[in-house]
Amino acid sequence: MTRPAHIWFKAVAWVCCLLPLLVLAYYAATDGLGANPISFVTNWLGQWTFRLLLVALSLTPLRIVFGLSWPLLLRRLLGLFAFFYAGLHFLVWILIDHYFNWDQMLADLVKRRYITVGMLALLLLVPLAVTSTSGMVRRLGGTVWRRIHRVVYLVGVLAALHFLWLAKQGRTAPYVYAAILALLLGVRLWGALCRRLRRREEPAVVRSAPA
Amino acid sequence: MLIKRAPMFKASEITDYRLYLNRREFMFGAAALALLPTAAQAAQASAAGQPLAAKRNPAYVIGDKPTDFKSATTYNNFYEFGTDKEDPARLGHMLKPRPWAIQVDGLVHKPKRFDIEEILRFPLEERVYSLRCVEAWSMVIPWIGFPLSALLKQVEPTGKARYVEFTTLKDPEQFPAQKPSLAAFAGVEWPYAEGLRLDEAMHPLTLVTVGMYGQVLPNQNGAPVRIVVPWKYGFKSAKSLVRIRLTEEQPKTAWEKSAPQEYGFYSNVNPAVDHPRWSQATERRIGEFMRRKTLMFNGYADQVGSLYAGMDLKKNY
Repeated sequence: MTRPAHIWFKAVAWVCCLLPLLVLAYYAATDGLGANPISFVTNWLGQWTFRLLLVALSLTPLRIVFGLSWPLLLRRLLGLFAFFYAGLHFLVWILIDHYFNWDQMLADLVKRRYITVGMLALLLLVPLAVTSTSGMVRRLGGTVWRRIHRVVYLVGVLAALHFLWLAKQGRTAPYVYAAILALLLGVRLWGALCRRLRRREEPAVVRSAPA
Repeated sequence: MLIKRAPMFKASEITDYRLYLNRREFMFGAAALALLPTAAQAAQASAAGQPLAAKRNPAYVIGDKPTDFKSATTYNNFYEFGTDKEDPARLGHMLKPRPWAIQVDGLVHKPKRFDIEEILRFPLEERVYSLRCVEAWSMVIPWIGFPLSALLKQVEPTGKARYVEFTTLKDPEQFPAQKPSLAAFAGVEWPYAEGLRLDEAMHPLTLVTVGMYGQVLPNQNGAPVRIVVPWKYGFKSAKSLVRIRLTEEQPKTAWEKSAPQEYGFYSNVNPAVDHPRWSQATERRIGEFMRRKTLMFNGYADQVGSLYAGMDLKKNY
């Protein structure tokens, strides 16, 4: 990709990632948040966190299945935006929904397993965000860095549990999200198995794959 | 502090909500009424939105300001239409609340089928109740109806009757989410069933409800006739009723069948007994920013507390 094309590509990605926030602002300005705005905003931010996480997790499967590698340019951007929305989701919950009611928040954190896993998912994203810079990748070395960033699979599972456990009986969306996550992780597993089989068949091939 | 009442609002504040009346429906209704009586009857099939006169009973009016009509009619749980809060308002037009009848039978001396016109002939009154959803939000609604006890007295429950079972209409043509499909899977069995102990059903607070905000009950709020039990979580107040049956055995309710560890038969509003997945200590009153503390029996402890004397409410959740 040429440099201007690259810049355009990234710019479009930025706008797309910010779109949910812009739409939310539009709703807020036009009385479109419904009867329970705080609940709407919390759900909206949580939903978009999960969606961005799923998109970020779909880039490697796209390469495995269709051989597309250019979407991988967006991996860091999408991951950081997912972290950004997760942070907003958390802030709305603690600052607006519970209005600094730390006692109830701490009680919920321990007692409500959906909150426990949600909080854990957010905390696990912090080291991933911190080590997302190119400098960090260099400092840690590709192998260590990749190993650390596999935590994102766990984050995905925790996010799916968070959604499944908080939803009321009869909601289908949490199952759809969990199924998509399972598919994306399944493709990775399949890809990894294929790689291992190939290695076994051709032991002479150099083991390190290009990053 | 808690028993302090805010100054009562004016009746005009409520009747004003008629302005929310669906314009097309209103014009159709008005035109039909002006033309010929048969057309007027047809207009009644979509009776929602028409004014319904009822005198306010000040003994049953809480001081809190009623929730605005728009919120009360666009933010609803009515799984027969779908699981989203907006589904009932969007799909409510599919329900045909006229003609309608309720069968009242079971352990009674005089079983009877009440046409909706007969139900509307009971002396109607307006009561302003607080409504607390199990999802930790609440509203204040000016309902129109009459005590269920008045209806039950007409059918004369036998000495064996101990419980009352309520059944909602089952008709996938009118309730789209009742159609068997994966997308419409609502997690509860149709028809929706609810129940009360006979003494709860006979309590003066328990209201057979046919209207709200000075109007005929909108479809999304349980037209044409529902029950309202203000000291219990909202799902206990079954909507669009077709049958009321008196029984000796405690009826199995829809949510009890679906998730017994989460929803018990009693489901009294109780800040001390959490839902297994969330706290019930506080609630968000729709239209307010700060959460409020949830009150025991939704603020009706003085009136209904004695019904549960000596009962372990943690066990009988």
